Amino acid sequence: MGSDTIVLVVSVFLASAVEMVEALTIVVAVGVTRGWRSAFEGLAAALAVLAVLVVAIGPALVHYVPLDGLRIAVGGLLLVFGLQWLRKALLRATGLKAKHDEDAIFAEHVAQLSTGARPPGARDATAFTVAFKGVFLEGLEVVVIVLTLGVADHRLGWAAAAAGAAVVVVGGVGALVARQLAGVPENAMKMAVGLMLVSFGTFWSGEGVGVHWPGSDLALPVLVAAYGAVAWVTVAVLGHARRADVELV
Amino acid sequence: MPPAPRRWLAAFGRFCWEFLLGDTPELFVGVVVAVGAVALLAHAGAEPRGLWRALTVGALPVLVVVVLAASLRRARRSARSAEGSEPS
Repeated sequence: MGSDTIVLVVSVFLASAVEMVEALTIVVAVGVTRGWRSAFEGLAAALAVLAVLVVAIGPALVHYVPLDGLRIAVGGLLLVFGLQWLRKALLRATGLKAKHDEDAIFAEHVAQLSTGARPPGARDATAFTVAFKGVFLEGLEVVVIVLTLGVADHRLGWAAAAAGAAVVVVGGVGALVARQLAGVPENAMKMAVGLMLVSFGTFWSGEGVGVHWPGSDLALPVLVAAYGAVAWVTVAVLGHARRADVELV
Repeated sequence: MPPAPRRWLAAFGRFCWEFLLGDTPELFVGVVVAVGAVALLAHAGAEPRGLWRALTVGALPVLVVVVLAASLRRARRSARSAEGSEPS
C-alpha cells in the first residue's frame, strides 16, 4: 500500500466517521423517542440508497470521463469541500464559531420528535423519514468524497471499504455508548479530514491542469504537512487575536 | 416543461447551490480562479523547467492558502460585527 493509498483510506475513514457520528445522533434520538424499529429501517434504507449511488455512479465515471478532466473536476470539488471543512474546524478551534454539540442536537431532536403523535401500529412514518433523511443527507457528503477520492486515483474499492469500515466502527461504538457521542473529538477529526481533502484536491486539480509535482505521489504527504503547518499557525494567530478581542470587550 | 419536473429541477438546483456554495461562496469562486490561474501558468511554457516549474508547483498551494485566509478574515469580521451589535 503506497503513501497516497494510506492517506486516501485515512481521509475517507475519518470523513465517514465524522458524518456517521452526526447521523447516529439523529438515529438514536429517533430510536429513543419514537421506537427503534422504524429508526433502524430508516437507517438501513438510507445506507442502501447511498451504496447504490456509489456502485452506480463510480464505475460509470471511471469508464466514460477522461482522466485529466475528471481530476480537474474532482480536485476542484475536493478543494471546495476540504476548505469548507477546514474553515469550520479552524473557526471552532479558535472560538470564532460555537463547537458542534451533539448533546444539544440530540436534545433538540428529542424535543421535536416527542411532540408528534405516535401511531399505534408497529411502523412509524415520521421516525422512518427523520432517520432516513438524517442518514441520507449526512451520507451524501461521504458518497461524494468516496467517489471523488476513489475515482480520481482508481481506488474506488479502497475508498468504499474505508467508508464501510467507518460505518461499522461508529455504529458499533454508538451501540455501546449510545448517548455519549459528545465525547467524540469531532473538531479534531474535521480538521484532519479538511487538511487531507485540501491536499488531495490540490494534488489532483494540479495534475489535471498540467502541474508536474516533484516526487509524483510523494508530494501528497508533503502537501498534508505544509497545510497542517499553515493550520497550526492559523489557530495560534487567530486564537491570540480572538483573546485580544475578548479582553477589549 | 410541466410544473412537477420544473419544481424538482429547481429543488435540485437549490440543493447543489447549498451543497457547493452554502454560506461560503468565496471558497468556490476562489478555487475556480486559483485552478484557472494555475492552468494558464502551466500551459504558458511548453516544457516548464527551473524557476518556471517551481512557480507552477508552488502557485496552487499558495493560492489555496490565500483563499482560506480571505474566507477566515471575512468570518472573523462578521463575528466581530455580530458581537459589537449585541446589547451589553
